[in-house]
Amino acid sequence: MKKIISTIALTLLMLAPVLASAQTRDALRINEVMVVNDNSLVDEYGNTSAWIELFNSNFAPLEISKIFITNDKNNPRKYPVPLGDVNTRISKRQHVVFFADGEPNRGTFHTNFTLIPGEENWIGIYDADGKTLIDQVTIPATLEPNHSWARTQDGTGEWAIRTGGESDYITPSSANVITDTNSKIQLFAENDEHGFGITLMAMCIVFSALLVLCLSFYAIGKIGGAISKMNKFRSHGVTRSEAKELEHLSSHDSGEEIAAIVLALHEHLNAHDTESTILTINKVKRAYSPWSSKIYSLREIPEHRRAK
Amino acid sequence: MSFGDFISNNLAQFWQLTGFANAEFGNFAMLAVGLFFIWLAIKKNFEPMLLVPIGFGILIGNIPFNAAAGLEIGIYEEGSVLNILYNGVSAGWYPPLIFLGIGAMTDFSALIANPKLMLIGAAAQFGIFGAYMVALAIGFTPDQAGAIAIIGGADGPTAIFLSSKLAPNLMGAIAVSAYSYMALVPVIQPPLMRLFTTKKERLIKMKPARAVSQNEKIIFPIVGMLLTCFVVPSGIPLLGMLFFGNLLRECGVTSRLAKTASNALTDIVTILLGLTVGASTQASQFLTPQTIFIFFLGFMAFIFASTSGILFAKFFNLLLPKDKKINPLIGNAGVSAVPMSARISNNLGLEYDPSNYLLMHAMGPNVAGVIGSAVAAGVLLGFLA
Repeated sequence: MKKIISTIALTLLMLAPVLASAQTRDALRINEVMVVNDNSLVDEYGNTSAWIELFNSNFAPLEISKIFITNDKNNPRKYPVPLGDVNTRISKRQHVVFFADGEPNRGTFHTNFTLIPGEENWIGIYDADGKTLIDQVTIPATLEPNHSWARTQDGTGEWAIRTGGESDYITPSSANVITDTNSKIQLFAENDEHGFGITLMAMCIVFSALLVLCLSFYAIGKIGGAISKMNKFRSHGVTRSEAKELEHLSSHDSGEEIAAIVLALHEHLNAHDTESTILTINKVKRAYSPWSSKIYSLREIPEHRRAK
Repeated sequence: MSFGDFISNNLAQFWQLTGFANAEFGNFAMLAVGLFFIWLAIKKNFEPMLLVPIGFGILIGNIPFNAAAGLEIGIYEEGSVLNILYNGVSAGWYPPLIFLGIGAMTDFSALIANPKLMLIGAAAQFGIFGAYMVALAIGFTPDQAGAIAIIGGADGPTAIFLSSKLAPNLMGAIAVSAYSYMALVPVIQPPLMRLFTTKKERLIKMKPARAVSQNEKIIFPIVGMLLTCFVVPSGIPLLGMLFFGNLLRECGVTSRLAKTASNALTDIVTILLGLTVGASTQASQFLTPQTIFIFFLGFMAFIFASTSGILFAKFFNLLLPKDKKINPLIGNAGVSAVPMSARISNNLGLEYDPSNYLLMHAMGPNVAGVIGSAVAAGVLLGFLA
């Protein structure tokens, strides 16, 4: 039995990092794509080319080296994101842009494929195994030059065309929805000016949480008490009907009565508890250890020595 | 440059680095506050474990220095020793460690034996939301109001945890206010307890709690954690650690871990937390009109919380049979200043009837208050973060 339990525990422990890793990689999202870029984002060489924005939807940093970006469903391992670049670690809820210029020798963020204007472009990102598809998107052929195909919310939401206007701005390397206020706070400030709403909701939640706990422990206490009583009676060979009678009698004993009976028995039997401590005047020798020696930890008392 | 000029120039530069050259009135005011805290702790024995580190931290944090010199000594200068230690406060990982210790040193038997006392702990959280409403009326934003109102939970670590998430700029004032009022529980609560109870109510004798089996004590932290955290996942850091600490204590096979959590670990974190919270009260950041409002709101929150606990116990009595009445003097213990407020219930009970020991009964709402304030903090975090 012990062997089985330890085998299960070991297996779970070994699986844990695999599961955790899968979970974090899953958070990577294709967030915005531009196929024809004439005047939007300029790369470090001064060129403008198609770009793909990835977004880490996790609330923890994500390392994307070794993943694959591709525009070919039959070749999932088309562009492996190289190892050894510190910039492949995306901070929580942040973005990174890859230029699809077919110039992989220009650096980590330049893919070995390009996007084709006027055609449907499929883009996929695969995990390090080259088999697990993390995210994919098909960019419509109708996407005009300098327009982007972007999610309405970072990492989630529908895809839509962005023209770069006032309301549908293009945002390579930054959030698709730019907010200057915390919407939750704004919501409370506007709809719950005096705080009655939050008080009502929060107190209901606090009460329900503790009420559920309270009821659970009533139930656990009742069940536990009944089980221990039954076990006690069973160990004494008492039948169920006798048990009920005894239970009835015992319920009348108050704490004071029990204490008086115990005291009387104590006096009568002259009973003493077994003490673990022995009081003695004999010297007790203990094993010496320099760690506990006072000679080393205390300053010696200065002695006055007379000159001979 | 002559040697004399060289010496005098350097001495003049050094003078600019000294505290004397950089001192402002605010520094002296805060030094006086720090000394007052130390005096309260040593002479009056008000929460010395907290007020000595906080008081001395205030002294450390308010030594004037030339911030422009870039010596990396201030608590708000990245990379300074104090800043590194302060990370536990600003990133909010000291409070869960303190909760681990609280869990490891708290006996939940009183609560398990009489679970209805949990509701008093829940009722005392009204203080938090009463203060929240007043804070909104004064003009604080909802997130700031939530961070300030949690002072009413009478739980320093929870106040620090929540303010580090909702209003980091107010954290110093909130933490000092929370700990100050916790230290002043023996002064604030008894008049309220006398005011809101009749003599007859103060004499109510409660039935001794039933014995709680070891199995129940082991089940409590597991079920408690699962139930409360399923309702309020944002409370996981505090509730998870609280119940984990309690499981270490009760399971019987991890006594070494429980001892470390409840003694050495708690002591270390308390020292670091107290000292850095104190040091974070640099006059330039701390002496603002907002701080005065925070202290005022904290005081109100404390009064609301204590009062609502007492009044709820009285209301509860209306629903309970005659032989199961609750002494409303334990209502104040619904705030989570453990075990100070439970001791106050006991002392006041003994004052009116020398044979009426309320300590174990008061521990029920007291520890329920710890759970309740952590749940309330989780709720506020969920709504406002």
